[in-house]
Amino acid sequence: MTELIEFISSNIQMIYIVILMIFVGVEIIGHVPAVLHTPLMSGANAIHGVVIIGAILVLLGVNPENYLGQALGFVAVLLGTLNVVGGFVVTDRMLEMFKKKK
Amino acid sequence: MKEYLFSLEFIYLVASMTYILGLKMLGKPETARKGNLIAAAGMTIAIIGTIFLHKEVVPNYIYGLIGTAILIGTVIGWMIAKKVAMTKMPELVSLFNGMGGASAALIGLIEFEHYTGDTLSTTTIVAGIIIGSISFSGSMIAWAKLNGTLNKPLRLPKYNVLNNLIIIGVVLFASYIAWSGSESQLFIYILFFAALGYGILFVLPIGGADMPVVISLLNSFTGLAAALGGFLYGNMVMLTGGILVGSAGTILTFAMCDAMNRSLVNVIFGSFGGGGDSLVEESGSDTMKGSIKKTTISDTAILMNYSQRIIIVPGYGLAVAQAQHAIHELEQLLASRGIEVKYAIHPVAGRMPGHMNVLLAETNVDYDKLAEMEDVNPEFQNTDVVFVVGANDVVNPAAHNNPSSPIYGMPILDVENAKSIIINKRTMNPGYAGIENELFYNQKASMLFGDAKSVIQALISELKGM
Repeated sequence: MTELIEFISSNIQMIYIVILMIFVGVEIIGHVPAVLHTPLMSGANAIHGVVIIGAILVLLGVNPENYLGQALGFVAVLLGTLNVVGGFVVTDRMLEMFKKKK
Repeated sequence: MKEYLFSLEFIYLVASMTYILGLKMLGKPETARKGNLIAAAGMTIAIIGTIFLHKEVVPNYIYGLIGTAILIGTVIGWMIAKKVAMTKMPELVSLFNGMGGASAALIGLIEFEHYTGDTLSTTTIVAGIIIGSISFSGSMIAWAKLNGTLNKPLRLPKYNVLNNLIIIGVVLFASYIAWSGSESQLFIYILFFAALGYGILFVLPIGGADMPVVISLLNSFTGLAAALGGFLYGNMVMLTGGILVGSAGTILTFAMCDAMNRSLVNVIFGSFGGGGDSLVEESGSDTMKGSIKKTTISDTAILMNYSQRIIIVPGYGLAVAQAQHAIHELEQLLASRGIEVKYAIHPVAGRMPGHMNVLLAETNVDYDKLAEMEDVNPEFQNTDVVFVVGANDVVNPAAHNNPSSPIYGMPILDVENAKSIIINKRTMNPGYAGIENELFYNQKASMLFGDAKSVIQALISELKGM
C-alpha cells in the first residue's frame, strides 16, 4: 500500500497526463464518419510510431561495449522509422484521393 | 527565453499538441490531409530534437547508427507506402503497426538490465515487452491473412481455454520477474518469445473478415506499448502520443464492431468470421432451396439501358478485380443516358470501414454519388436495377430473417426491395463470412458470373452499341 501511495505521489504529473489523454482520445474519435475510419486508423498508426523516440534514447544511452544492445537498438530505430514514415505517407496517399474531387 | 524555445521539453510539448490537433483534423474530410501533415511535422521535430538536443556525450558512431537506421527506414517505408496498391491498404497498416510494436518490445529487451531491482520500472518494461510483442506477431498474422497467405482460420482444440491459459501464464511469469527483482536475461527472452507466441495464437483463430477490428485493436496496443516506454523514461511526447492512440484506437475498435453489430468479445472469442467450417456445412445445401437464375451480358445491358434508377453495390470483389475504373466508366455512361446512378456503400464494404470510399475516390467518383447505408436503404424500393459487384455478406438477407445465422442482426443493404437484382460474382462460393446467401435464390435476382472487370467492360461495350 505504501508503495502504491509512493508511486502515485512521485508520478502524479504523468498520471494526470494519462487520464486527460484518455479522455482527449475518446472525444476526438467520438463522431467521425465511417468514411474516414480507415485514414484515421492509419494516421493513429503513424502517431504511435512515436515509439521511435524511445528507440533513439536507447541507442543514445547504450553501453559502448554492449554490442547486442546496439544491434537491437539499431533494429528498433529502423522499425520505428518504418512505422512513422510508412504510416504518414500511406495516410497522405489515402487522403490525397479525397481531396481531388471538388 | 530563447533558450527555452529550443529546449527539448518545449519541442515535446509542441509535438504533443500536433498529435492532438492532427487526429482531430483527421476526423473531418476537409481538414483530414492537413491534419496528417501537421502530426507528421510534429513527429519530425520530436525526432530531430531528441537526437540533437541530447545532453550526455555520445560516441560519434552511435549517431552514425541512428542516422543509418533512420535513413534506411525512411527509404524503405516511403517506397512501400508509395508503391502499394490501394486495395492492399489494410494489410499495409497492419504491417507498419507490427513494426511499431516490435520496436517497443526491443526497447524493453535492451533496457531491462539497466533497471533490475526497480520494481516499478521493471513492471513497465515487462508490460511493454508483452504488449509490443503481441502487437508485432499478431499484426504479422493479420497481414498474412489479409494478403491471402493464410486464408484459413486455424484452430487448435479448445483454443479459447488454451489461449487464456497462455496469457495468464505470461502475465504471472512477468509479475514474477518484476517482483522478484530477477536479473536473468534468459527470463526476459523467454517472456519475449512467449508473448510473441501468444500474439500468433491470439489472431490465428480469428477469421479474415474480422481482421480490421483486430488491426485496430492491435493499433491501440502499440499505442499503449509506446506510452509505457514514455512512462519508463519520463518522456512526455511518448506518453501523450501513445496514450492518445491507445484510447482513440480503442474507441475506433468499438465503432468498427458496432458497424458489424458484433461485440468485441464475439470477434475475439466468437465462432465465426471467415469460415467456422462447421457453420458452412450446417447452413449449406439443405437450407438453400430453389434454383438460381443466370443472365447474360446483353440481357443485363438491355435491362440497364431501359432503367431509370440504378444502384451499384460494390464489394471487395470489385477491388480484387481492379474494376474500380471500369465501374466508374459504366456509371458515367449510364448517367450520360439520363439514368440516375448511385453507389450504396455499406459501412464495412471492402476490408475496412471506409475502404470502399477510398478505392472509389481513387477513380474520381463523385462524392455525392456515394450513399451511406442508412440514406440509401429507403431508396431501394424505387430502384429498377441493383447491380451487386463482388459484394456478398453485406446484402445477405439472413441478417434480417435467420436468427441462427452468424451475421444475424448485422445491418445490411436491403437490395431485395429493388425491382430486379443483378449479382456479379466469379463463382457461387460463399463470401468472406463463409455463409450461404439466399439472396441469390430470390425470384428477382439473376446471377452474372465472371470476373468483375471483364464483365463490366463487356457491359460497357454492349451498352455503347445500343
